[in-house]
Amino acid sequence: MKILLVILLTSMLTENFVLVKFMGICPFLGVSKKYDSAIGMGLAVIFVMVCASICTYPVYTFILVPLGIDYMKTVAFILLIATFVQLVEMIIHKKVPALYKSLGVYLPLITTNCAVLGVTILNTDNSYNFLQSIVNALGGGIGFTLALIIFASVRSRIEASNIPKSFAGVPSTLIAAAIVSVSFMGFTSLLA
Amino acid sequence: MDKNSNLYALIKGIVKENPTLVMLLGMCPTLAVTTMASNGIGMGLATSFVLICSNIVISALRRVIPDTVRLPCFIVVITTFVTLTDFLLKAYIPALHSRLGIFLSLIAVNCIILGRAEAYASKNNVFRSALDGLGMGLGFTLALFAMGSIREILGSGAFFGIDLHLPLTFPIFVMPAGGFFTLGILIAILYKFTNKKPPAKVGCAACPIAADCINCAARAIKTTGEEA
Repeated sequence: MKILLVILLTSMLTENFVLVKFMGICPFLGVSKKYDSAIGMGLAVIFVMVCASICTYPVYTFILVPLGIDYMKTVAFILLIATFVQLVEMIIHKKVPALYKSLGVYLPLITTNCAVLGVTILNTDNSYNFLQSIVNALGGGIGFTLALIIFASVRSRIEASNIPKSFAGVPSTLIAAAIVSVSFMGFTSLLA
Repeated sequence: MDKNSNLYALIKGIVKENPTLVMLLGMCPTLAVTTMASNGIGMGLATSFVLICSNIVISALRRVIPDTVRLPCFIVVITTFVTLTDFLLKAYIPALHSRLGIFLSLIAVNCIILGRAEAYASKNNVFRSALDGLGMGLGFTLALFAMGSIREILGSGAFFGIDLHLPLTFPIFVMPAGGFFTLGILIAILYKFTNKKPPAKVGCAACPIAADCINCAARAIKTTGEEA
């Protein structure tokens, strides 16, 4: 139990996927202008990360490792994730149109999100078991959402302020991200 | 310059359409591995190798791959070369392999590579696609080298691991926050000197090929009306 809590807090705060490990920077900077879309994107990422961990674990443990082709994991995982995301998009679109409206539009963005592939590879690199993998993915997803929501509120302040011409747009966003990242450095000693 | 010349295919990626600093693609490795100049060059060259090889193969197969399943096909080609690069680095430069870590595998989801496959290699001949890959790869490597040099000199007072005996260093530059900060300043300086307005959008949304690339954010942005 204790180790699960440690994994959860590590992937959520001390090793935050976006602000410490730099995975999923594109959606972090791209979809963080509004609260609503930040929350929608965050929930979609949590869902896909957890499901991707559930899908990839049996494939890695019961197919790739016994056959001695675990070096094929990148190819196998990326295809699994792409197929899975496509499938979920189709199912949600047909069965739950309301959910599709709030969540589904972010799904295509996620296929090439390195946080999702990253979490599955980290699971195997750290040789987590099934439950630990799920907790790691859950923590990573929550950490991603947390960073996205915090950053969305920081950005709404920047929009209103007066900044030099050459810093307008992307440069000011990146510098704001640096300051938010500094605040996450405070968590480093949390689990020490 | 003639936009249809071979020379243009090569050099456009270095400055004018620099994938990192102008198109703002592949931000994850740009920020993550550039704590040292040598890491930046290593990551840049590894990505360039994958980019050139995948551009050549995808361009050669562009009449064979059916349009509807082209993205899975591209991904398989790209990931194959990523696995190959992973093996080569592990065998010949193990120190670099362990420093780049998970980001070597994550070259597979670098949007520069899929973006070039979709926007260039699937529409142009093999020679042009190879030149395009080389140019884009060089542009990416240069940007990573610049980031790595700045962060290593300011953060740990060294350059390529050689101590410069600086009187003052700022360790924050080798920390994650320093990555965001350095990239922000670098882009601002670039736009100050070129006298252009920096792009307001980041990632796929700002990418000039967004309209062609169905895999990218453009699709989601169109449907939500989100202006990132």
